[in-house]
Amino acid sequence: MSVTARAAVATKPLVSVRGLTKHFPIKKGLFGKPSGYVRAVDGVSFDVMPGETLGLVGESGCGKSTTGRMILRLIEPTAGSVEFDGINLVALNSSEMRKLRRRIQVIFQDPFSSLNPRMSVGGIIREGLTIHKLAEGEAADARVRQLLEEVGLRSEYASRYPHEFSGGQRQRIGIARALAVEPSFIVCDEPVSALDVSVQAQVINLMQDLQRHRGLAYLFIAHDLSVVEHIADRVAVMYLGKIVELANATDLYREPLMPYTQALLSAVPVADPTAKKSRLMLSGDVPSPANPPSGCVFHPRCPHPAKDAACAAIVPPLEEKAPGHWVACIKQPPTSVEWSVQQAAGGTKPPVRSLPVVTTQT
Amino acid sequence: MAEPLLRVRDLRTYFYTENGVARAVDGISFEIGAGETVGLVGESGCGKSVTALSVLRLVRPPGRIEQGSELIFDGKNLATLDEREMRAIRGARVSMVFQEPMTALNPVFTVGDQIAEVVRVHNAGSKQDAWARAVQMLETVGIPSPEQRATEYPHQLSGGMRQRVVIAMALIMNPALVIADEPTTALDVTIQAQILELLRDLQQRFGTSILLITHDLGVVAETVSRVIVMYGGEIVEEAPVNHLFARAHHPYTEGLLNAMPRVGHERERLATIPGSVPPPTNWPAACRFHDRCPYAWERCATEHPPLYPIAKGHVSRCHLADEPKRRAEKHDPLVVARGAST
Repeated sequence: MSVTARAAVATKPLVSVRGLTKHFPIKKGLFGKPSGYVRAVDGVSFDVMPGETLGLVGESGCGKSTTGRMILRLIEPTAGSVEFDGINLVALNSSEMRKLRRRIQVIFQDPFSSLNPRMSVGGIIREGLTIHKLAEGEAADARVRQLLEEVGLRSEYASRYPHEFSGGQRQRIGIARALAVEPSFIVCDEPVSALDVSVQAQVINLMQDLQRHRGLAYLFIAHDLSVVEHIADRVAVMYLGKIVELANATDLYREPLMPYTQALLSAVPVADPTAKKSRLMLSGDVPSPANPPSGCVFHPRCPHPAKDAACAAIVPPLEEKAPGHWVACIKQPPTSVEWSVQQAAGGTKPPVRSLPVVTTQT
Repeated sequence: MAEPLLRVRDLRTYFYTENGVARAVDGISFEIGAGETVGLVGESGCGKSVTALSVLRLVRPPGRIEQGSELIFDGKNLATLDEREMRAIRGARVSMVFQEPMTALNPVFTVGDQIAEVVRVHNAGSKQDAWARAVQMLETVGIPSPEQRATEYPHQLSGGMRQRVVIAMALIMNPALVIADEPTTALDVTIQAQILELLRDLQQRFGTSILLITHDLGVVAETVSRVIVMYGGEIVEEAPVNHLFARAHHPYTEGLLNAMPRVGHERERLATIPGSVPPPTNWPAACRFHDRCPYAWERCATEHPPLYPIAKGHVSRCHLADEPKRRAEKHDPLVVARGAST
């Protein structure tokens, strides 16, 4: 892949997320004061370069979808900023935001509920053109036909309705709708997880082709790690509202450094019955984001051999452990949290590099 | 080999809908041996879940198991038992683990009550006895502080815990066969790993046979010893798991394996199977896969292929078995240019 080539050309990020936070209040009764907060997203920062795919992975409730929705301003952030091409989206009023939505689009997970059943396919795709006054009349019809062909559907489908199509075809319609207004950035929230394997491959290939032809940037939110490895240039791993590791896809999958990422990757079933697999099994469940653990949010389940009291006391900074490889773990050297600081926080085991074997494929 | 635990012969389950007859399961035959784990794989609409419901006789109208279908279990044909006889078998000798643990559990009863009820329904113990067994079963499936958890309601448990409860319910009567329909699909990958480990462990301890229904070939590779692939209401391939992954014969199986992105593999373009799964009211004639198949020739559209033997324990419903050189003629057929739809 041309990750490095692209990075060299485009040095200025298209999207810059800084300290993005969403705390949902927990209210008792109708008018009650909040009795606490669910820290759905807690200080998330990352960049997306033009033409790049950033994968955002994690398990249910880790905050990945909330992050995507805050970037789109479908959910208002509690704190933090989202800069798109130099403009802070969080500070825009709704009419300014609407104008900018032309350049930021979204593809949703469920191709059944995300298309209006009462509108024809042509109507669905045209809506954006009309709202943003990009084309009307004959020109808009021609544009709709062209878009349908571009996503691999027949142009005469414009007059049909969503229920006449299969899941994969509907997802193509959703993609055509997003493309209609010529965005430069698309938030893709689990775009292929509702599809069967064979159809999923068609949609992934289509998304990659479109990206190449149009120079699109994607924030690709998914729980399926193998799909993300396939499509993403860089990958951010979230756990309990925080990014715990961020690196280019090859490095992250070959040498995950955060113990959570290691466990997550080792849990993926390998479609090879002869593969020797040593699985790093995590015990228990993800704690509640209403009451996250102190220090490192992963410490109660962490299998790292140097885990100690310091992990429960110190919030690990997301720091660069190797070029472009960011990890939030004070036990994986090198770390800016000095050993003396860790000892002062009750630490008894000095940081040691731990890379449990994830898979050996034959 | 000893008599199999379950022998399915020519099972046909049809749904009589307004849009015509949906032949969801259309003449399938297979066997499951005692203590064996068999995987049943395929995409949505291939008939795998209807197969499971048929074995448990849970098919509801307008669906119906057609005459002549045989489901031989414990020397009885389950397809012809009356509901009372069936109820004695269901949950006791054959039980099921459903995909959605939230809908499989009753929200207004404690999980302990729900597990104990299985024992009570089968008159297998007093109320106290049933409760004690429920608590013990919760411990067996790895739920911490089981006495406490037994008194809780489903909404108080996490998704992974609920699935453990559903497994406890399925296993409490020590059944000979457990049918698990996508048991980990609704779960996160780290929890999925825990549940699959639990199923493997329980199977070894109790010698239960498992029919694992899934669309996930990774889960199949790690869990089962034999795989049955369904497409269009039929079995298209059956093989020992190592054979299937190393030497898949049927073009559909081959397509599925190639379409799957895999961790640790080169990021080349994914192979695709063009088109989508046909509706069960209107299976294509002859070979049901021929309109999506990269190898298809005239014969495939006119003659329904039988299950050809490929190797020991390996069969494939594809005429390529009869004319293997046609496969060699096509070099890289599955890499179809941008997945054309329709």
